[in-house]
Amino acid sequence: MSNTAQNLFQFDTSTLVFALPEIFLLSSIVVILLIDVFLKKSFKNITYYLSQIAIFITALLSYSLIGNGEQIIFSGSFIHDDLAAIFKVAMMVASIVVLVYSRTYLNIHNLFKGEYFVLVLLAILGMMVMVSGYSLLTLYLGLEILSLSLYTLIAIARSRANAVEAGLKYFVLGAIASGLLLYGMSMIYGINGSLNISEIAQFASGASLQSSQQLILNFGLVFIVIGVAFKLGAVPFHNWVPDVYQGSPTSVTMFLSSVPKIAAVAMLIRLLIEGLGSLQDYWSDLFIALAILSIGVGSLVALMQSNIKRMLAYSTISHIGFILLGFATGTMTGYGSAVFYVFTYVLMSIAAFGVVILLNNKGFESELISDFKGLSKRSPWFALMMLIIMLSMAGIPPFIGFYSKFFILQQVVNSGFIELAIIAVIFAVISAYYYLQIIKSMYFDESDNTSPISSSMDTQLVLSINAVLILAVGLFPNYWMNIALSVF
Amino acid sequence: MTSAQILFYTFSFFLVASSLIMIFAKNAAKAVLFLVLAFFSVAGLWILLEAEFLAITLILVYVGAVMVLFLFVIKMLNIDKSTLRAKFAGYLPLGLIVAAIIVAEMTMVLGHEQFGLNIYPAPEKASADYSNITILALQLYTDYVYPFELAAVLLLIAIIAAIALVHRPEQNRKKQDISEQVSVRAKDRLRIVSIAKNNKEVNND
Repeated sequence: MSNTAQNLFQFDTSTLVFALPEIFLLSSIVVILLIDVFLKKSFKNITYYLSQIAIFITALLSYSLIGNGEQIIFSGSFIHDDLAAIFKVAMMVASIVVLVYSRTYLNIHNLFKGEYFVLVLLAILGMMVMVSGYSLLTLYLGLEILSLSLYTLIAIARSRANAVEAGLKYFVLGAIASGLLLYGMSMIYGINGSLNISEIAQFASGASLQSSQQLILNFGLVFIVIGVAFKLGAVPFHNWVPDVYQGSPTSVTMFLSSVPKIAAVAMLIRLLIEGLGSLQDYWSDLFIALAILSIGVGSLVALMQSNIKRMLAYSTISHIGFILLGFATGTMTGYGSAVFYVFTYVLMSIAAFGVVILLNNKGFESELISDFKGLSKRSPWFALMMLIIMLSMAGIPPFIGFYSKFFILQQVVNSGFIELAIIAVIFAVISAYYYLQIIKSMYFDESDNTSPISSSMDTQLVLSINAVLILAVGLFPNYWMNIALSVF
Repeated sequence: MTSAQILFYTFSFFLVASSLIMIFAKNAAKAVLFLVLAFFSVAGLWILLEAEFLAITLILVYVGAVMVLFLFVIKMLNIDKSTLRAKFAGYLPLGLIVAAIIVAEMTMVLGHEQFGLNIYPAPEKASADYSNITILALQLYTDYVYPFELAAVLLLIAIIAAIALVHRPEQNRKKQDISEQVSVRAKDRLRIVSIAKNNKEVNND
């Protein structure tokens, strides 16, 4: 009997080439982990450079795989398509930039450890698995790899009570959200008997679907939407976001607020558009509620924040609202504008935290909006960069943030939700207040602290490029929008 | 009622009862012990489903290793129950309402109509020479090799996380420095003092 059983299973190693980025990254994680053990404390820079090189090569490998069409390997649990490859390249580039900004901060706050970089690499691996996940099992495993790495990264500053608290809070709430997501997945699996996204899609769009089966599908769908909304931080599943952003070391906050959002959007696309696309009518309604609540709460509560990290947390929540609004339209161009929005959001978020991290000094953690007072005198160049970032986040043309909001609202209006577009615009105008407030304190307020900003050359260079990109991409938005549309 | 049905209802009764006792137990050690009973009941149910390997693994791994560690940790920690229960009464009404709504919704959705035997007929019994472990092993290393490797990565993260979070640097640790011990010379530790003669009487006292 064992002979016949063996013949049933076939495993083709030639298709492994499509998983090459993941395989390379995992191998380099293991190697870096081993090298780091033997490095003396003064040579820890080597771990940093090796991590950067590993991410860079992974990005090149992902880039080289673009244009190979749709390839499903590992018995249907892994998919390679242009969406996966483009998302992976975007995540790698963002991670490299985040690590460049983090280096000085980690050094002055005694966090420059090998584990830090290994955990960042593992988080990236988890996100790649999510982006390429084509079965409920791999999507969930990728999410857990990402989450466990993030919990640890937050609590790694264990001498700070609020970092440990933030890590624990995120851990407990994240576990509950994972449980809800798993429960929803178990319902979907229970009703159709397959973990595979393509088979789920086939089942859900089948004409012979009975009403009782439809009911279970919807029941599972609600839990999956809750799980995804939690990971994105949409209202009313947003309560962890401000506390975790504030409590984490700023370098971790920068990572947390940017790259995982790309992966969460990819998971959303795989689960809800590719898997349960035939239930789009149902999840669109849920998304509209989540989106309007997120934009509203994010814009209003941010007005009252004095802590820059909390303010950016609420700003993230309102940006997430816009992304969900794009998905709620249910059209291909709507999805495309949501993907475009998440990329531009990541670009702006990294730059904003990059400036916040610049203000850090030895023994001084910059957290308050008042720390920006008089920045134009201390460093006119970075004040200008922050000006660009804030104007872009507020959605003022010609910056990129304007076009991403514009594309979303255009699709929302085209789909006939004019009242939603009006509500979104009103809240966007309200939110402009707190972005402009930072500009005001940079340019018009006096500060006792007149010491110039000092930072390493690479941070200054990358931050400048990052901020200039916000302007430059805004000049050719259609080119980038077409790339975002091409993934569908 | 067949014997399988009797066994099913017995295990299910113990599972539900022990889970409830576990949640409401005031003593944490008692809760752990009832969780062990819950695991046993689940293992029994799995054997009824012909998933023998999983059932045995559940008992070996969860009951044998994880729960013993749990008990160990609970005995080591000094948990202050009064702070744990301080806000319990305040959250109770809202919690009960939410729980009631969820239970009501679940009973409406998950019932005989959706998952009954008329929709999902019972699977055929496997033949006597059917090997659970062989199929599991073949599946794990072929169809499920990717998730299997990912689970391994998850365990690697757990190790790194545990060490990164609790490992203390070598500040207050007392340890031998062998090279220092070997290279020590007599004059580093032994001080030869020449004692004057007139002190002799004093020393003899």
